[in-house]
Amino acid sequence: MSMKFSDAPFKDRLGKGINDTFMRKAVAGAQERLAGRRLLAAETLGNWEQWRELSEEIRQHTINNLDFYLNQLTENIEKLGGHVFFAETKEDATKYIADVVKNKNAKNIVKAKSMVTEEINLNHVLLDMGCDVVESDLGEWILQVDDWEPPSHIVTPALHKNREQIREVFERQGYKGTSQPEEMARFARERLREKFLACEVGITGCNFAIAESGSVTLVTNEGNGRMVTTVPKTQISVMGMERIVPTFADMEVLVGMLTRSAVGQKLTSYISVTTGPKRPDEVDGPEEFHLVVVDNGRSKILKSEFKQVLQCIRCAACLNVCPVYRHVGGHAYGSIYSGPIGAVITPLLGGYKDSKELPYASTLCGACTDACPVKIPLHQLLLKHRRNIVEKEGLAPIAEQLIFKGYGMGFSNTSLYKLGTKFAPSALKMMAIDGKTIHDGIGPLKGWTSSRDLPVPTRERFRDWYEKREKGGNK
Amino acid sequence: MKKNVSLFTTCIVDVYYPQVGVATLELLESLGCKVDYPKEQTCCGQPAFNSGYFKDSKKSMRNMIKVFEHAEYVVSPSGSCAFMFKEYPHIFDDEPEWKVRAEKLAAKTYELTQFLVNVLGVEDLGAKLVGKGTYHTSCHMTRLLGVKEEPFKLLNKVSNLEMIPLPDADRCCGFGGTFAVKMSDISEQVVDEKAKSIISTGANYLIGADAGCLLNIAGRLQRLGREDIKVLHIAEVLNSK
Repeated sequence: MSMKFSDAPFKDRLGKGINDTFMRKAVAGAQERLAGRRLLAAETLGNWEQWRELSEEIRQHTINNLDFYLNQLTENIEKLGGHVFFAETKEDATKYIADVVKNKNAKNIVKAKSMVTEEINLNHVLLDMGCDVVESDLGEWILQVDDWEPPSHIVTPALHKNREQIREVFERQGYKGTSQPEEMARFARERLREKFLACEVGITGCNFAIAESGSVTLVTNEGNGRMVTTVPKTQISVMGMERIVPTFADMEVLVGMLTRSAVGQKLTSYISVTTGPKRPDEVDGPEEFHLVVVDNGRSKILKSEFKQVLQCIRCAACLNVCPVYRHVGGHAYGSIYSGPIGAVITPLLGGYKDSKELPYASTLCGACTDACPVKIPLHQLLLKHRRNIVEKEGLAPIAEQLIFKGYGMGFSNTSLYKLGTKFAPSALKMMAIDGKTIHDGIGPLKGWTSSRDLPVPTRERFRDWYEKREKGGNK
Repeated sequence: MKKNVSLFTTCIVDVYYPQVGVATLELLESLGCKVDYPKEQTCCGQPAFNSGYFKDSKKSMRNMIKVFEHAEYVVSPSGSCAFMFKEYPHIFDDEPEWKVRAEKLAAKTYELTQFLVNVLGVEDLGAKLVGKGTYHTSCHMTRLLGVKEEPFKLLNKVSNLEMIPLPDADRCCGFGGTFAVKMSDISEQVVDEKAKSIISTGANYLIGADAGCLLNIAGRLQRLGREDIKVLHIAEVLNSK
C-alpha cells in the first residue's frame, strides 16, 4: 500500500465512514480513552506547557540544522560498520531495500511497525519479489491477515476494529478461541514466534535517530520490535528524513512526550536502541545494519511554508482529539496519514489534486494544535493549504469562487452589504413553508438544512433597530 | 472613568440575532459605558479567510480596520469574530502600513465577557433567569482567544439560574463556518453529538457566546424536535432581569 490507498471519491469515503456504526463506536471509545490518558499524564508530569516549548525548540533546532545532524548520524553509523542510504524518492528507497534482500537471498522478512514503510509501499514490493513479509506489531498483523487492510490510525493501526471483528479475522487464520484479548494475543504470539525464528531480514521504522551516537530508537509496548532488531542477521531501518534528534538527552525529552501524548504512558514497555551492527563480543543484534533515510518530498517541505510539519513525532494526539476523525474514522482520509496531521501531510507528499478536500475536513476548532506536544500549528497549516488550493491551484469549485468574489465585493462595501442583508430575509422566506423556518433549503443552504433547521431572519436587523433608536423610535 | 465602546456586532448578530446586539448594547450602557455602533461595519472577513479566499477576505478586513481604528475600545459578542481582529496583524504581514493599523485595532478589541470581567471588573450584573442552564464553550473563544473562565464567572452570579456542566464541553459543535455547508455530512454528526450532550443535561437553556455555534446548535435541536431547550446568547442571559 502506498500513502494514498483509495481512489474512491472523498464523499463516498466519508459516507462509508459515517455509516459504519461499529467503527465509529470503536473510534469514539478509543479517542476518549487515549485523550483522557494523555491529559492525565500531562498533569502528572506537571509544567506541560514548558515541556511542549522545550520539545518544540528541540525539533525546530533539529529541522533548521537537518543537514548537519544527518551528516553526523551517517558518519557515526558508518564508523560502526553500518550502511546509510539516502533515498530521494520512494522508488529509490524500495529498490535499495529490495537489493539488500536479494543479495542476502532472503525470503523471510519480519517487520516492526513503521509508517514510512507504508508510505513507500514497501510491503507490496517485497511481496511481489516472492518474499514472506510479516508485520510483528499486533495491530499491523491484524490488518495484514485481514488482507492487508490499510491502517486507520498512526499509532494504533487497527483502532477501527472491535474485539469481535478481530476474532472474526483470526478465525479465518484457524483461531478457535474467544474474543478475550489475552487469548487472541496468545494466538498471534504463537504465529509470530514461528516467523521470528525463521526470519533472515528484519525491517524496522525509526521513532528517533540519534545523531551523536548513530543510533536508531524504536518505541513499542509489545516488545516484538526488539525481536526484529535482535533475531535476524540483517536489519534494515527506514526513517523519514526528519526523524532525528541531536543527542540522547534530546531523545529522552521527546520519547517522554511521545509516549505521554500517544497513549498516556510515562514510557512504553520497550525503548529499543540499535547502534550499528553487533560487535564481536556481543551475543545478539544484526550482523549487517542498513539505515534508509527517506526524503520522498520532505526536502521540498523543508523549504516551504509548511516546514513546521516536519516537527511531528507521530504521536497521533491530534487524531485522538479531532471531532472530524471521531466521526469519519481514519480510512475516510484515503491516506495512511489520517486525522489533522494527515490532512496537512498528505497534500504535501502526494499533491493537491488527489487530496484537495482533506484540508477542508476540519472545523478549525484548534483541538489538534492544542494537543500537539511539539506545538505544530496544525489548524493554521490547514488554512495555508486552503489558501493554496483556492489562490494558487485554482482547485476550488466555480460556484464557490463566485460566492466569495461576491463576498469580497459585498462585504467590503457597506452599501452593498446593507442592501444584501436587507433583502436576505425575503429571499430566505421563499424557502420557508411557514414563513419562519427553512427545513429544506436549496443551493448553498442545502448542506445546512439537510441536518439543521434554519430560521428566516427577522426583517429588522440590528442596524435598523439602532437607527430607529437614534431617532428616538425605541427605548 | 467612562469608557467609550464601539460595538462590533458581527454580521450574524446583525442579521440573525439582532436581540443579541440589543442586549450587548444595553448591558454596556447599564455599566456606564458610552456605546456607539459604527454603521459602516460589515463582516470581519472570516468566512472567506477560512475558506482559503485570503485576497477576497482582505477587502472586508480593510473596511473593518477603517471603521474601527479610531475607537477607544472595540467590543464584540463573539469570541470567534473578535479573534479574527486579533489575527489581522498577521494577515497584513506583507502590507506594513495596514499592519500597523491592524495592530492598533487588535490591541483594543475584546470579546464581551472578557471586557466585562477583565476591563470593567464586574461579575455580578444583577441578572435573573429562572431555570437550568448549560454552557457551550466555543472553540475559537477558548482555544484561540484564550477566554475560558470569564463566562462562568458571570453566569454563576445570575440569580435563580442553576448551571449544569455540559459533558465533553471542550468538543467542537461542528459549525466551523463554511464547514457546516461544505462538509455538511460530517458537520451533521458532530452537531448531533453536541445536541445530545446538551439534551442529556436536562437544561432548559443552552447558553453560548458565539452566534455561529448557537445558530448551528439551535438548528439541530429544532430538527430533533427539542425547541423546548431555549438557545440564548450570554448577553441575553446577563441582560435578563
